[in-house]
Amino acid sequence: MRSAPRNGARVRESLDMAMTAAAFDQAVRLLMLDDGVFLLKRGQRFEPNGLKPVAPLFEALALYDVEDVFVERESLRGRHLTTEDLVIPVRVVERADIAGLTAEHDLVISC
Amino acid sequence: MAVLHLVNRSPQESRALEDCLVRAGESDAILLIENGVYAAVKGGDSEAVLKSAMGRVRFYALGPDLDARGVETSEVAETIRIVDYGGFVDLTVESRLVQSWF
Repeated sequence: MRSAPRNGARVRESLDMAMTAAAFDQAVRLLMLDDGVFLLKRGQRFEPNGLKPVAPLFEALALYDVEDVFVERESLRGRHLTTEDLVIPVRVVERADIAGLTAEHDLVISC
Repeated sequence: MAVLHLVNRSPQESRALEDCLVRAGESDAILLIENGVYAAVKGGDSEAVLKSAMGRVRFYALGPDLDARGVETSEVAETIRIVDYGGFVDLTVESRLVQSWF
């Protein structure tokens, strides 16, 4: 996940896909890059028009055994964030290791 | 080849190409499609971006998307191979993974 769409529909559908795959016993991992790291930022509130914050959606992942959420160190640093600012525990990965991490998987879906 | 990266956004409008290149692995392939093909035009700002990754990855541009945008083969950097839809399929088959950047 690489962008921070505030409308939430894309985030919700992406997580639905991840949790559905996990429910069918597929090993699912998430990788947050670039503005995607903003999705996990603490302190998000409802917008005046009633739009819900997206961060709480990620808290449901653990219930579906999607526990490996990776965040790129450079993406966090460039946005003045640390793992303390995020709503769920994450694994931090260096930019130089992204290609290797990607290669460990059978399928990559960009969300 | 390991990963085929698809980039479909103009390099002047989006950081998708640069964001892809900083993470692409050795011997990966980058296929420019849709407005992504504008990065293939030589002499533009993206030439330096492509050069920075040259040698590490291979670049391709989708011919029909160049044609649709009036970009002639003579305007495309020599380091970029132009492929048709059949070539797109071949790249997909040869790659272990396909990853989209948008």
